Amino acid sequence: MQSGTAAVSMRDIVKAFGPVVANDKVDLDIFSGEILALLGENGSGKTTLMNILSGIYYPDAGHVSVNGREVSIRSPKDVYDLGIGMVHQHFKLVDVLTAAENIILGMPGEGNLDMKAVGRKILDICALYGFSVDPGQKVYDMSVSQKQTVEIVKVLYRGAKILILDEPTAVLTPQETEKLFRVLRNMKNDGKAIVLITHKLHEVEEISDRVAVLRRGKNAGELVTKNTDAAEMTNMMVGRAVTLNIARPEPKDPKPRIVVDRLTLRDEEGIIKLNEVSFTAYSGEVLGIAGISGCGQKELLETIAGLHPLKSGSVTYIKPETGEKIDMAGLDPREIFSLGVMLSFVPEDRLGMGLVGNMDLTNNMMLRSFRRGKSVFTDRKTPRNLARSVVDELSVNTPGLTTPVRRLSGGNVQKVLVGREISSSPTVLMTAYAVRGLDINSSYTIYDLINQQKEKGVAVIFVGEDLDVLLELCDRILVLCGGRVSGIVAGRGADKNEVGLMMTKHGKETTHESDA
Amino acid sequence: MAQVLSLLQAAIVFGTVILFGAVGEILTEKSGNLNLGVPGIMYLGGIAGLGGAFLYETSVAAPVPLVGLIIALFCALLASVLAGFIYSFLTITLRANQNVTGLTLTIFGSGVANFLGGAMNKMAGGVGQISVSATSSAYRATFPFLSEVGVLSSLGFMTYLAIVLAFIMSWFLRKTRKGLNLRAVGENPATADAAGISVTKYKYLSTCVGAAVTGLGGLYYVMDYIKGTWANDGGIEKLGWLAVALVIFARWKPRHAIWGSYLFGVLFWLYFYIGGLTRSSQELFKMLPYIVTILVLIVVSMRRKHENQPPASLGQPYFREDR
Repeated sequence: MQSGTAAVSMRDIVKAFGPVVANDKVDLDIFSGEILALLGENGSGKTTLMNILSGIYYPDAGHVSVNGREVSIRSPKDVYDLGIGMVHQHFKLVDVLTAAENIILGMPGEGNLDMKAVGRKILDICALYGFSVDPGQKVYDMSVSQKQTVEIVKVLYRGAKILILDEPTAVLTPQETEKLFRVLRNMKNDGKAIVLITHKLHEVEEISDRVAVLRRGKNAGELVTKNTDAAEMTNMMVGRAVTLNIARPEPKDPKPRIVVDRLTLRDEEGIIKLNEVSFTAYSGEVLGIAGISGCGQKELLETIAGLHPLKSGSVTYIKPETGEKIDMAGLDPREIFSLGVMLSFVPEDRLGMGLVGNMDLTNNMMLRSFRRGKSVFTDRKTPRNLARSVVDELSVNTPGLTTPVRRLSGGNVQKVLVGREISSSPTVLMTAYAVRGLDINSSYTIYDLINQQKEKGVAVIFVGEDLDVLLELCDRILVLCGGRVSGIVAGRGADKNEVGLMMTKHGKETTHESDA
Repeated sequence: MAQVLSLLQAAIVFGTVILFGAVGEILTEKSGNLNLGVPGIMYLGGIAGLGGAFLYETSVAAPVPLVGLIIALFCALLASVLAGFIYSFLTITLRANQNVTGLTLTIFGSGVANFLGGAMNKMAGGVGQISVSATSSAYRATFPFLSEVGVLSSLGFMTYLAIVLAFIMSWFLRKTRKGLNLRAVGENPATADAAGISVTKYKYLSTCVGAAVTGLGGLYYVMDYIKGTWANDGGIEKLGWLAVALVIFARWKPRHAIWGSYLFGVLFWLYFYIGGLTRSSQELFKMLPYIVTILVLIVVSMRRKHENQPPASLGQPYFREDR
């Protein structure tokens, strides 16, 4: 470990959002000439901590010193003045401007722009660290990796000595990642302090000098990379299993319900989101899907629901009554429904994809039923009764059936959505982060609902982020990593560390070893 | 030949009104504010200029044209900046809907202007009686060395001012740091905010200055186009909407608005120089500027070039917390 003053030292940082404490007395030291990996599960407080350092949040308590001097960071502008630069996961670039224009945006200086001089300075920075940027290129013409390079040059141009990169490799190909790592090493040798927020253990092992681990908003420990291994890091990251006591009835008479075979999906930019995903979901069982966020969970559910056109692979539904096989490839949600596939989907984005925030409970219930019936007028009575029964049965806390759903709290919104979805007596129920943002009681209500459906013989696919919950609720757990299935384990008796490792490491055959 | 010359002159005078409107509106829209109050601001600028000049000319025995010019200019700028400020306060600070606010401003401006115009006509002795001949003559005075040059022989100084303003605007947007910051605000206010640019300040300033330029169009219309009189015939409103169309036609580039405005002028007056048109077939020809705008929109949409698109955040309010 380094001696001397830390470039940045954070002490006893506390930040709470309402009742949720995102950072609870966190300490962190960042040294010049070092690459520090900040590791932790989703919701462990990594990004919050770095957002405090980059002026987006103001801490409730604690001290931050830069080069031994205590500072108060109140806005992104203060941060630049302190020589700190953050590269966010979602780029902050203006599409129609050039790289150079984006880089100098908002900087003080002469009124007249001398873009040639700016371009020269950019090329100097590029030459120093081994980037390649065309200052005159428009951002809309750039690949994701080029945009990221512009973001990094932007903070360097402003004289940053401390760089924070929030999951920089999440959007990069392995080759681009290699290139980025070479640049990061050059910057480290130049005496810059670099913080890398990441989930990927093999990258931590490859690039970092030191690892700081956060767990549930607290310091879990610090390791020197060369003296540790992935198992120890995982251990520190996930901690000991907590017993939650969620009921888990044995599956009754499981039969294949949905067969997914070698499903591959690319997004609009051609980046692989799902890579040869194959699995079978059985009736009467809860299939959990675990993975770091953005590893293809959302895309997987959306593809099954018919929201993405299928390019390769197949999704087959097996009708419970007849055993008839229905190929769902290329069908949209309406066609899937009209074939008699009773699919329910509780999406991650409740008020965006699931419900209409400005409409009341009754109208939201109608979203599933407005096409029924022959009359030109919609039937409002059935949905109103349905809304009333959902409110009564799931004890939704609402002033009335005519309240716009956006006024309800997160847990109640989720109950309305789940209530509507299970009211159509589905044979397949897919939920994405069903308990995100819910308190303990609401969470248990949702688990109970899922178990009820399971006992009715529904095939439940449960995408979750809390490993403890997945391990207690699910009969089997499919682990996704970077769009690939890195394994399917039985929920009973599964080892948390083992699952954690699978989440952060690709399967054996896909691990790319670096030659650098 | 004489006919072509007279068509060009009419086109330039016509074009100058909408060029002011378009240049002002381009500046406003570059900050992400879609101000549909252009006709209303022109009305307010025009009536304020006329009112100032009218009060001056009726209160002194021998009005000095230059003084009338300055008073009218000052009143017009003040009124239009005020209109821009009202729009800014509603849409930026109170985050009211931009379309509704703009349209309301147009209705408000035309109502106020036509009411005051009618009142002043009455004070001057009856319908069509108002005249600010001294001030108007100052606005219509030609440069002595240009009076022999065919097309330019009858053009007042504001014709040239409009072109100069368009070029300054073009230079400002493309070549200055503040112009770059402004474009960033209109394209992606969250990014601009994160880069330390005051989104609110840029939006306010560009909307108010844009309104001032737009208001000059109304002043020019009153002082030069209808020669220092007033008519409640909706003439300004018609030109105001053409200015909005011209912004789209010019694809938010002030230098393209210059030739675009004269082209609109030629297309608009064409009917006058084509023989044998009836009253109704004239109206068909008057549609030409709008048809050309629609064609430009179609072509631009089909080519889908990023540079030809409106500012990305046009019409959307900005909340910092809304990220």
